[in-house]
Amino acid sequence: MEQFVDIYLIPGLIMVGQSLLLLVGLLLFVAYILYADRKIWAAVQMRRGPNVVGPWGLFQSFADLLKFVFKEPVVPSASSKVVFLLAPLVSVTLALAGWAVIPVAENWVIADINVGILYVFAISSLGVYGVIMGGWASNSKYAFLGALRSAAQMVSYEVSIGFVIITVLLAAGSLNLTDIVMSQSSGLGTNMGMANSLLDWYWLPLFPMFIIFFISALAETNRPPFDLPEAESELVAGFMVEYGSTPYMMYMLGEYAAIVLMSSLMTILFLGGWLPPVDIAPFNWVPGIFWFILKTFMVFFMISLVKAFVPRYRYDQLMRLGWKVFLPISLFMVFATALVLQLTRSAT
Amino acid sequence: MILTAIFFYLFATVTIGAAFMVITARNPVHAVLFLILAFVNSAGLFMLAGAEFLAFILIVVYVGAVAVLFLFVVMMLDVDFAELRSGFLDYLPVGGVVGLIVLAELLLVLGSWVVAPGAIGDPVQPIPDMDQVSNVEALGNILYTRYVFFFQIAGMILLVAMVGAIVLTLHHKDKALRQNIGDQVARTPATAIEVVSDVEPGKGLKG
Repeated sequence: MEQFVDIYLIPGLIMVGQSLLLLVGLLLFVAYILYADRKIWAAVQMRRGPNVVGPWGLFQSFADLLKFVFKEPVVPSASSKVVFLLAPLVSVTLALAGWAVIPVAENWVIADINVGILYVFAISSLGVYGVIMGGWASNSKYAFLGALRSAAQMVSYEVSIGFVIITVLLAAGSLNLTDIVMSQSSGLGTNMGMANSLLDWYWLPLFPMFIIFFISALAETNRPPFDLPEAESELVAGFMVEYGSTPYMMYMLGEYAAIVLMSSLMTILFLGGWLPPVDIAPFNWVPGIFWFILKTFMVFFMISLVKAFVPRYRYDQLMRLGWKVFLPISLFMVFATALVLQLTRSAT
Repeated sequence: MILTAIFFYLFATVTIGAAFMVITARNPVHAVLFLILAFVNSAGLFMLAGAEFLAFILIVVYVGAVAVLFLFVVMMLDVDFAELRSGFLDYLPVGGVVGLIVLAELLLVLGSWVVAPGAIGDPVQPIPDMDQVSNVEALGNILYTRYVFFFQIAGMILLVAMVGAIVLTLHHKDKALRQNIGDQVARTPATAIEVVSDVEPGKGLKG
């Protein structure tokens, strides 16, 4: 019995506690990311954005949450009911599950597994099921068209995301996310005799990959200008047109959680995770989580600006960009990165 | 290790149950969704066996890509299952024979293992200790050294298959309008706009 408590109960409880802490923090972050998204979009268009609920509209997301939860859920009578209700659950569960391996600061990670990056990649490649299942189960032509578009789009951009991740793995020499961040503590800047700084992070040596990953992340999370699955001008709202109340809210939550996951992944792969921008006195006093959140938010800020600036892509151009532009470039970069590493021997 | 046993039985039961539902589900889309469930649970079984790399590759390749295309095709086809089932008895003998052959093969493989454990021989490469070398490293070390020839051959076969599929489906229609992004981007006002001021009224541009 004592053994049971020591081996299973206490570590299990600790893990549940950590997960709850991360989940609550993440959901709060998502609530304010949603608010920030709307505020940034409004600012670009010289509007005010949400400003009524609470001071400066700070509680807008919570008001929306209450509104969605208290609305009556409507299930279309011709729909496949179980799949219809399962789809948003799949979407939100997968988006939150990816966070299990994300290190938000040194050793602040729930599951520090060897193949962390592969886990995140696998989970994000499953995200397409929430969309396809929802689109099919709605039994509506707009929803179905949105689902078909998203299936093709997300599968295509996964390929280039995979190759971008491979270049980073080659440079870092590990699939563990903590190791990937730690490998960015030395690089170009330290070789020139400076302290560890933002010059060491992978965004600089792998700059083309950073750009490709950013654009592919937009496509993978169905953000504008690649929001063709829900193109409101042609498909009303795409795959979620039949959804309302709580299931709709779960779709939105899953979408934004996936966006934040992608932002944090970009932070870890290219922007040095929790490392301070310059490893000297005032900056390295600040705890790592602060830098992690700041960088994640900066990436999200860029994603949010793209939404306000860029018109929606046409579908065939989207496919062309994925297969004919990003795939050859990223494939070549995998080769080039491996060649450079082989010649300089810094991988060993 | 009781936790491992619990998870093994959980994953195994769900895998077999889902596999059974794949062939009995009335709706083809539901059948594919059950297939995906079976894949995910098999990945869980891989994980329990310590093959974490294989588990995630199974999810990325089969669940994330292959099954999506599968679902894509099945959703687009309007399959009438009542019609499919009407020929059930005709195919039963063939299906039964296939099932028997697979069963016999499985029994042979597993049986030889049980009767004479030494007959299969020791694994050619010793499996490295999990604590010393990670899954990915161990796989890479053996795949890119000892089996590099087979690895390259597999890659070539896939390449040939891909080229074949493209050749079969690609039809160049001469009359179809195509967009050349390079041409469009290279357009300047000088090349795109033609100023026509000396056109006689009632006459077209070029005759």
